[in-house]
Amino acid sequence: MADVTFTVDGKKLTAPAGTLLIDACKNAGIEIPAFCYYPNLSLQAACRMCVVRIEKMPKLQTACTTPVAEGMVVQSETDEIKQARKATIELLLGNHPLDCPVCDAGGECELQDMTFKYGAAESKYIEIKQHREEQQWSPVVYFDRPRCILCYRCVRVCGEGMDVWALGVENRGVSSVIAPNGQDHLNCEECGMCIDLCPVGALTSGTYRYKTRPWEMNHVATICTHCGDGCKTTLGVRSVNDGVEIIRGDNRDKSGINGDFLCNKGRYGFDFANRTDRLTKPLVRQADGKFAEVSWDKALDFAAKKLREIREAKGGQAIGVIGSNRTTNEENYLLQKFARTILGTNNIDHHRTADYVSFASALNGKSGRTAGLRDTTSAPAILLLGNNPTDQHPALAWNLRSNVRLNRSRLYVANHAEIKLRRQAKSFLQIPQDGYASLIQYLGGNDGAIAADDNTTAFRDAIRKEESLLIVFGSEYRGRDIQALVEFGLSLPNTKFAALGDYANSRGAADMGLLPDLLPGYVPVNDAAHFVDEYGATLPTTAGLDLLQMFDAARNGDLAALYVVGSNPVSRYGVDPSALKNTFLVVQDMFLTETAQLADVVFPAANLYEKAGTVTNTYGDIQLVKKAADKAGVRTDFELIVRLADRMGADPKKLVPFGRGSFADMGQTRGAQSGEADRHAVWLAANHLEPKLSPFDPFATLDEIQRLVPSYHVSRLELLTGSEQPEKFDLVQIQPAASRRDLVLPAEDTLFTSGTLGRYSGMLKDIVESHTTPNPAETAAD
Amino acid sequence: MSTSATTIFSPETAARFDRLVTLYPVKRSALIPMLLYAQDEIGYISDAVVVEIAQRIGISELDVRSVLSYYSMLRTKPVGKYNVQVCTNISCMLRDGYGIMEHCKKRLGIGHKEVTSDGLFSLEEVECIGACCWAPAVQINYDFYDDLTTEKMDQILDDYKAGRGKETV
Ligand code: SF4
Ligand code: SF4
Ligand code: SF4
Ligand code: FES
Ligand code: FES
Repeated sequence: MADVTFTVDGKKLTAPAGTLLIDACKNAGIEIPAFCYYPNLSLQAACRMCVVRIEKMPKLQTACTTPVAEGMVVQSETDEIKQARKATIELLLGNHPLDCPVCDAGGECELQDMTFKYGAAESKYIEIKQHREEQQWSPVVYFDRPRCILCYRCVRVCGEGMDVWALGVENRGVSSVIAPNGQDHLNCEECGMCIDLCPVGALTSGTYRYKTRPWEMNHVATICTHCGDGCKTTLGVRSVNDGVEIIRGDNRDKSGINGDFLCNKGRYGFDFANRTDRLTKPLVRQADGKFAEVSWDKALDFAAKKLREIREAKGGQAIGVIGSNRTTNEENYLLQKFARTILGTNNIDHHRTADYVSFASALNGKSGRTAGLRDTTSAPAILLLGNNPTDQHPALAWNLRSNVRLNRSRLYVANHAEIKLRRQAKSFLQIPQDGYASLIQYLGGNDGAIAADDNTTAFRDAIRKEESLLIVFGSEYRGRDIQALVEFGLSLPNTKFAALGDYANSRGAADMGLLPDLLPGYVPVNDAAHFVDEYGATLPTTAGLDLLQMFDAARNGDLAALYVVGSNPVSRYGVDPSALKNTFLVVQDMFLTETAQLADVVFPAANLYEKAGTVTNTYGDIQLVKKAADKAGVRTDFELIVRLADRMGADPKKLVPFGRGSFADMGQTRGAQSGEADRHAVWLAANHLEPKLSPFDPFATLDEIQRLVPSYHVSRLELLTGSEQPEKFDLVQIQPAASRRDLVLPAEDTLFTSGTLGRYSGMLKDIVESHTTPNPAETAAD
Repeated sequence: MSTSATTIFSPETAARFDRLVTLYPVKRSALIPMLLYAQDEIGYISDAVVVEIAQRIGISELDVRSVLSYYSMLRTKPVGKYNVQVCTNISCMLRDGYGIMEHCKKRLGIGHKEVTSDGLFSLEEVECIGACCWAPAVQINYDFYDDLTTEKMDQILDDYKAGRGKETV
């Protein structure tokens, strides 16, 4: 829209016509206080805090509802306005308890800030405040009614943003009250968005309430460890006896790819890290068949010695490695390097949840064809095939809803189930569960591929008319179906694609070569020249065993050792424990999972919130992971791999090309000088520099990744600033394989589950138990 | 939803509701009339009423409750057979509406929004009922009594008690 020019406090400003005065001022650095206004939600004009004086208008006007106009002259802060705002606050405080010293919001409360600013803490009112007891509405949502200032942000974000409509207003006037849909409890998606947006402490969170004050925590922005969307979450942490514990998951600066959003897992599902039953000592199985806690030295030596013996006696092909979907890119990369150069095997795999290999080969060399998560907030047209993002990719679902609501983006949904996002869809096509491949044929022009009718024709016509389309597809598409899907997409003028896989770093696991036939960057194992040069070592050139074949081999007595890092295949694939009875099993994990229970050696590992590195979400956004928490006794998977290699007699410097002759430690070990090292590390971080002087430095490995994997050649500077960097997928050169087992096993997680990890989150368990019906009944979308 | 066997309303009311939802450009506009008719028939807005109306209109029960709780003439608890609504707004107040209210309280032995133990009467202090010219005024169910004194009030209550009261529906 055309720009208009107007004046605020004597300053000439310009903004596109239609911009709200409050936003225009904000962009020009003029703050107008607001309680009810929240960007991108419908306008409420309930609080009157944003009043300003506009020339030629009789009364003070609300800046949150007034669009800027040509020649408008505005005063944003005069005595008259101050007085009006002070009066507003005085009214709000009329019934507001002054319990800031115990309120969760104290220190982060917009009402508190404004009261300080306008000085209305003293009241002329003598009426008695109405006290109401605090109510628990769900395991995570608590409501403290007297603190509520009736801004209705919660009601709007739950309805408009979440499309859940679980909050409403009951009664009227001064007795208005926010009410949950279950009368005394909530039936909802438990996202906590209402709590996040509440400007005061009326809505508080079950995990955080009354635990600490905001200024007593450190705040570390990192990436959520749960689903494949890779939201930025800011963890509030504080020191405890055995490390640093996480007290809050939050979306503090809203600078991430998730914008305003976090789902309940990102917000509350961190508590597995604080559990007391976490493994903190290495375990080695004794002659009596029982685990004994042993020292790190003993455990590492024992595991390394056995692995070396097996390698020497039976060769690398008798050893298997299973990696994780939740470890960093650097760890995944290091694990495959360890497997291939030190164990001498290509028997390496992970739990695959999407066929990224076929996706890469379908797009072979085509640039500008992949979309990051951010693109889903602005794409003018989106075709969603399969998956149920509301459950499996909550941030994507939020983005799609927002895009439809705010930009009138056209969403087309084809699914075998009536997924919730159909309510935002311009058109929804229900297809048979096995009809995804035929649908593509139909869209491509083969009329007979599905039972066509007017509905399907309209659906196809609308899609083919789109000038720019983003196709987001679930793991229903694999192998040749992805090929066909991409071919169809490329026949349209301007199409981008996104493949949906589960877990925080499943894309990274595939990208980093946790695959028996492909090296990092999808380089075939028989074409490893670059890698041989860089590693200065030979690599096995024939494809190894995939995950299922490894267990078959174990059953047949052909797998003498298996190294499992952060994964629980025994439970996930229903492996019969007896299959592993003759296999030397080394497991790294946080908990004694079904797999760890069968192990000979178990190393207590750190989780994604306790380490640094990078992860790649399912859209190919590469993001920085920062160490937030710490637990005495555990080690990162990165460190464990290096130590194991070292004990096996390998040169750690070859594994991790760190430093050039320097041996300083930057605080990775916590000795007497750790304070100093930490201070130095803080200084480095503040200046966006990276310490790179130890064999446990993930950035040394990232260097190597960037040398070998062109698609990861992204700006390190930007990465360190905390912004996402799109993987350069066009630089992946991979020819379509003739036939290849995709072995995709979708996680099928719901909103409240998160694979094995979710089982160790007390909060997620509480939520699951409190929801007797797995999917709360849907309400109308109008 | 068409008139179904599972409705909690009489066939007439159910049929009326079937029609009501077709009358407006958006279905939810039928909400308030439906609530009023439902209250007339059932006596108050029970949980079951909320559920059925929400289903009929295709909105959430929370939406129904939000509207329902806004209006003080919609009630969620049963009232007496005769609901005595005493106005105490400005005109009635000036003409001793509060006196009438107090008198009713004493006479019936109940307070605001309470019901006598025999279920015959309930009492409510209400806002202006539009009979200001003849203040003080009282409304019993749908019938008006104005220009009242405590004596007249006694007579009216006696009549109702004896089954001689007006019963406009
Ligand atoms: S937690 Fe989320 S879904 Fe539940 S009431 Fe709050 S905003 Fe709505
Ligand atoms: S609970 Fe919080 S967000 Fe909701 S209306 Fe009250 S103050 Fe606003
Ligand atoms: S949407 Fe996914 S990445 Fe984002 S907070 Fe939820 S689980 Fe974490
Ligand atoms: S912010 Fe404008 S009225 Fe509340
Ligand atoms: S004030 Fe009582 S009827 Fe109007």
